[in-house]
Parts: sequence; C-alpha cells; structure tokens
Amino acid sequence: MYDKTIRRRRAVLVLLVAASLILITASFGSGNSGPVGAVQRGIGTVISPIQDGVSRALSPIRDLFGWIGDSVTATGQLDDAKKDRDRWQAAAVAAQADTRRVKELEKLLELRDTPTNVEAYAPVTGRVTGRSTSLWNSQIIINKGTDDGVRPDMPVVAADTGDGAGLVGKVSSATGGSAVVTLLTNSAMSVGAKTLDGKTSGDLKPRGGDPQDLVLSSAKLAPSAAVGTIIVTAGTVSRRADLASLYPSDLPIGRISKIDDPGSETELAHVRPFVKLRDIEYIQVLTRPTAEAVR
Amino acid sequence: MTGLLSMEQRLVLRLSLIAIAAVLIQVTAVSQITIFRATADVLPLVCAAVGLLLGSTSGAMFGFGLGLLTDTASYETVGLSSLAYLGVGFAAGRMRELRDPQAPSTPMVAGAAATLVVIAATGIMRFLLGMGLPLSPALLREVASTLVLNALISLPVFGLIRRLLAPVSPDDPPRRRRSYTTGGLSPLTRV
Repeated sequence: MYDKTIRRRRAVLVLLVAASLILITASFGSGNSGPVGAVQRGIGTVISPIQDGVSRALSPIRDLFGWIGDSVTATGQLDDAKKDRDRWQAAAVAAQADTRRVKELEKLLELRDTPTNVEAYAPVTGRVTGRSTSLWNSQIIINKGTDDGVRPDMPVVAADTGDGAGLVGKVSSATGGSAVVTLLTNSAMSVGAKTLDGKTSGDLKPRGGDPQDLVLSSAKLAPSAAVGTIIVTAGTVSRRADLASLYPSDLPIGRISKIDDPGSETELAHVRPFVKLRDIEYIQVLTRPTAEAVR
Repeated sequence: MTGLLSMEQRLVLRLSLIAIAAVLIQVTAVSQITIFRATADVLPLVCAAVGLLLGSTSGAMFGFGLGLLTDTASYETVGLSSLAYLGVGFAAGRMRELRDPQAPSTPMVAGAAATLVVIAATGIMRFLLGMGLPLSPALLREVASTLVLNALISLPVFGLIRRLLAPVSPDDPPRRRRSYTTGGLSPLTRV
C-alpha cells in the first residue's frame, strides 16, 4: 500500500513536470501565433470581462492602499513640487515666446505643422485591469483590444495617479476586448529617444529591473544634456518606410536623473520616467502613431 | 447540489474555485498595490498552504493548475509558473508528510520560502530561455521587500485556506511522523 502511494506520487510529479516542460516549449517556441498562444488569447477573451469586473470591484481596496502610500510619501514631495512649479512657470513664459517665433518661421518656410498633443494620434483610452504577477516581467493588461482598434506595437501613453504623464510602453498582443502592454521597464524594450533640443539621441533601455531607472545609451552626450533635461521620443529618423519608428516624435518620457562618469567615454545618462509605472490606472493607446498618418 | 458530489469531487471543486479567485485577485488587485516599493504575491502562499494542508500530490497538482491559470490570465509564457508552483506545492506537502511541523510560525516560514523559490525559479527559467534577467540592487531590494510582505500576510492567507478547505479535507491525509530515510520502507515491513 505504501509502495503504491510512493509510486503514484512519483508518477504524478513526473507527469506534471513533463506537462510543464511541453507547455513551455510549445508556448515559447511558437510565441503568440502558435496553438498555445491561440488558446491563451481565447481564454483571455473570455476572462477579460471578468478581470475588468473584478478590477472595478476591487478598486476601492487599491485606492485605500494607494491613499495610505501617497499620504506617507506626499509630505516629502511637496518641496520638490514647489520647485518644479517655479521652474515650469519660467519655462512656460519662455516657451510661449518660442512658440510664436516657431509659428512665424514655419509659415515663412511652409513647413507642415507637427502635432504637439496626443489627440492627433487618435488615442483610445483604456483602464488597467491586470498586472503581471512576475517580478521579472513588466507588463500590464488593459480593457481595450482589437474591437477598439488596438493592435500590437502601438505606443501607449499614460498619466499616473500623481502628476506624471508620458510614454509608458507599447502594445505587445491584443484580443477582442483586452490587450497586453509591455512597459518601458521590460528588459525586451528599447525606445529611440532624444533630448528635447535634439542634440543628444540614443536608445532608452531599462536598467536592471528598477522601475524608476532607464538608461540612455548614446554615443556622446551633448553639453546641453544635464541632470533635469527632458527626454522625449526620437520618432522616425530614417527616410525608409520600413524603418519607421513605432513611436511618434516628441512624446515625453522622462528626465535625466543622473549621469555616470560625465565627460568620459563611458558616460551614461539615467532617465527617470515621468510616469510611475506602478501607479498607472488609465492609459491611452495611440492608434494612429505614424507621422505620415497625422499630416 | 453538494449532496450529489463525493467528498473528493467537492475538494476538487473547492480547490478550483480557490485557484481562480486567487489568480483573479492577484492579477487585478494585489499586484497593483505597492507597499514599501514592493507588491505582495499571494499565489505562492496559497500554493504552499494547500500543500501543507493536503499533502504533496494534491499540492503539486494544485500548483500546476494554479500556474497554468496565472500564466494564462497574465499572458506570460505558459508553463513557467506551472513548473515553479508545482514544485512549491509538492515541497510544502512533503514537508508536512515528513516533518509534520506544528509551530505557529510554519506558514510564515513556508510562505517566505515558497515566495523565494517562485521568484528564483521563474527568474532562472526566463534566463535559460533567453528572456533576460534584469538583476540589480534595486530588484534585490524589491525581492527582499516582497519576501517580508509575503511572510507578514502568510498567516491570514493560511488561515483562510484552512478554513475554506476544512469541510472537505480528508480526515487523515498521508503523513509520517518519523524522520526521512533514503526512501526505503522500515526493515520491519519487509519481514
């Protein structure tokens, strides 16, 4: 009897391990397009309304914990916010004058107007209904899918529950009523980025799993790139259509928080995203992200 | 309706409902709550609790199903979590069968160990599959915070699971109260 129990236990264990390995092989090998991916999407389509409902039902609990956390950290952020306000006020005055000058120059040079807000990119607003359970994978699930015009590789912008707003990632897969958004902090992500003045550009990549630390890998930082400089998306820099960037240009991403080894060959700019990626509740998928589409 | 089902069927039904509820709550709520720059993960705790209460075979099967649901609901590579959670469920069950720990702190220790095993196992598997392993001091701090958080909530989670399973648990699940030998039976039984 005891032997039988041991044999059964071992058989079950071996069977389950083998089943897991087969599933991993099938799922990883074929990606989203394979049979496992199709089953996963099918189940996702069925459970996404349930997820949405549960997410809405449990939002008061999330809000309660969020409120407690915000109350603890808000005191320390007040002084920083006041300094930011003063700096932005001065910048806004200068920007108004610049805008007027730019419009005059554009008219003079007959340049086409480039949109400066996301409305031009046909944004679809969605709600975050789920988040990856794994520490190693930064992705969120939203309640908008192919039925709403959302497709893979579309850029996603968001504002967190604080004041941050900007690019947060891209759609990696979509079903009828839901989509998965891979966040900037996912190790698979890389975004073409530049400083606001365009003098420094490079690839923005995550840095070791820290949700508030990205790095701008660039050949050389221009003297204008300093701590506090704003980083935006670079957009398409090639004339070839097949090399078009997934992201429109000048979407805000974050601000340089520190520079390692400044002035040396190994200098590296760290970028703190404007959006706290853990605090996102609503997002906007830019369903018409190419520059050509908005002209 | 429950009168039509056998005890074993009722146990399977209840375990299925626990798994579905746990995954939905984790994906839609708990994973979005940040405390001390970390998020709790109730799934390893639920899995360890089931293993501790029902034994290794049930724990492994529950862990496999829980992992499958988790990967499906969060659009991860299917099978990764299954492998990690079935290991956790099996190990927790074996701990009960071999040592039968009665200390009040057992759920905390088992919960923290289960969390660490799941994080490490999924990280290693992702690395082996070439999916990247973003190790950094910040992430290690996050892992430590998650371990502490999970250890703190493991007692209520264990209590809840025990309460939910109590009406359908087998009266005398398999266990041995002596220390583990090399797997052979007692010499007395061979006679």
